Amino acid sequence: MTTTELTRSRPMGTERRRRMTGAGRQLHAGPLTYAVLTVFALLSLAPLVWTAIAASRTDRRLAQTPPPLWFGGNLFKNLRVAWDQAGLGTAMFNSVFVAGTITVSTVLFATLAGFAFAKLRFRFSGVLLLLTVGTMMIPPQLAVVPLYLWMSDLGWSNQLQTVILPSLATAFGTFFMRQYLVQALPTELIEAARVDGAGSLRTVWHVVFPAARPAMAVLGLLTFVFAWNDFLWPIIALNQQNPTVQVALNSLGTGYVPDQAVIMAGALLGTLPLLIAFLLFGRQIVGGIMQGAVKG
Amino acid sequence: MTGSKQALAQPASGSGAAPGIPPGASRAVRGRGAPAGAGSWRSRLYRWDTKASPYAFVAPFFLLFGAFSLVPLLYTAWYSLHRVQLSALDHQSWAGLDNYENLLSSDFFWNALKNTFTIGVISTVPQLLAAIGLAHLLNYRLRGSTVWRVVMLTPYATSVAAATLVFTLLYAWDGGVINWFLHFFGVGPVNWRESGWGSQFAVSSIVIWRWTGYNALIYLAAMQAIPVDLYESAALDGANRWQQFRHVTIPQLRPTVLFTVIVSTIGATQLFGEPLLFGGVSGSKGGSEHQYQTLGLYLYDQGWIIGNLGKASAIAWSMFLILLVIAAVNLLLTRRLGRTR
Repeated sequence: MTTTELTRSRPMGTERRRRMTGAGRQLHAGPLTYAVLTVFALLSLAPLVWTAIAASRTDRRLAQTPPPLWFGGNLFKNLRVAWDQAGLGTAMFNSVFVAGTITVSTVLFATLAGFAFAKLRFRFSGVLLLLTVGTMMIPPQLAVVPLYLWMSDLGWSNQLQTVILPSLATAFGTFFMRQYLVQALPTELIEAARVDGAGSLRTVWHVVFPAARPAMAVLGLLTFVFAWNDFLWPIIALNQQNPTVQVALNSLGTGYVPDQAVIMAGALLGTLPLLIAFLLFGRQIVGGIMQGAVKG
Repeated sequence: MTGSKQALAQPASGSGAAPGIPPGASRAVRGRGAPAGAGSWRSRLYRWDTKASPYAFVAPFFLLFGAFSLVPLLYTAWYSLHRVQLSALDHQSWAGLDNYENLLSSDFFWNALKNTFTIGVISTVPQLLAAIGLAHLLNYRLRGSTVWRVVMLTPYATSVAAATLVFTLLYAWDGGVINWFLHFFGVGPVNWRESGWGSQFAVSSIVIWRWTGYNALIYLAAMQAIPVDLYESAALDGANRWQQFRHVTIPQLRPTVLFTVIVSTIGATQLFGEPLLFGGVSGSKGGSEHQYQTLGLYLYDQGWIIGNLGKASAIAWSMFLILLVIAAVNLLLTRRLGRTR
């Protein structure tokens, strides 16, 4: 909505006054706004840029004052050492597999359940939805002891399915899809498919999935970021022989003979896939978080 | 399963339907006009499908979510009343409230509780205040507004592990960027890893760095949903920009603030990865003097370093009860505030 649209039907005086004292959204940002935002942007990016700088130096140089503020020539050597020493190759593969599986499954089940909650009438739906929302805030710590014991019983310690299984469906995802589909999927569309004689699976495939696609993409990105960065459960469930990236980084950081430049190279490698995803899909992720916020 | 069979039983209507385009209205007439004899079993199947499908759609979610989130919650309570040792998982015996008594009489538990509270406050309060300010700025008409938002959210894409490793090096006593920067202002080197407040501040700063942009986006979304009329009438009443921010934006934002306060509180109560990695080798102890051992770390230390899973379960349930109390207080406070306004 632009200022001119809003003021077209109003007397001129109002517009002038609002220009002078109006809300933030109607005003163009001044130089001060840009200055403050630039400071925040630098604070956001500087640690990441410095990670790359430190990863391109030697351990000895990093211990000296003043700290290096520009790139050195050791980047590829450090990356290679980090890759070998922390087993980052295996870790990357494991993380991609774990996060990928969790993402596909979470999005699929969240869309099905979200659709049922948004558009179908069934007994106890209200209670079940309340239960879903209510349990969204239970901390993961409350599940780790039994999960650990069960997985040990099954002989699944240190195996990837141990990390994958507990995250295959999330309450957040279900609620997110429900909130989206309530508005984005016209009930008449479902009724039309019904009248047409389409069964429920056919309706889901031809009506619900196409309508939900934007939200599915966003939920998928958010889930992938979350699964990639998950820390507590993988550290308990996996060991150094079969790590995810976070587990590998943890053991790199708590090693007894730390080479800081190599550790920084590891941190850089572990973040790189998500940073690239962010460069490509940043707009969608931002939109998804804002959308979830308004409706949630 | 029934749905797919039924879909197969409908010959013509499906094959031509492109995704995204609902089956045409003209076909609907044909569907309704189907011969009654052929339709009787089909219509029974259809009715059954309508009734059963909602349950089929929510079932996978509830089975998985129930098995791996809700049921463990109850089992944790059960284990918290037992002696369960990591070294002898098969020998579990009833312990009654021993684990809880043990916990309440442990100085480390109270220390961890205190640290969780302090670190929680010094990470949550500045973070949310900065986020509101940042959201207000992002709400102006900006050149390249999406770019700003993406940049502010970049730390969110960084994992706890990577971020903490970087900050640990930035906070190094000797040769760390932060101490080097401070020396220009005449501040002597701070021992960020060993000193009490210094280490807690350092751990908090990692949390603040990762989450401020995220919260700013949530506030921004809420700000954009505030009706323009409110600002217009405020402007007509002669309110300046600051007064509008105070008397229109902030009150309208209150539900969102409550939401972020609760989410951040839960995050702070669970704080685990940042102090674990910040401590390096002595990570699970939260530093040489337990200066920044949080409840989350204490749980991990008791359960998987010391190997007392019964006690770890008791810590988990204590965290849950504390969270419930905080949520209740939050709710009461906001109700009270809502009434007096």
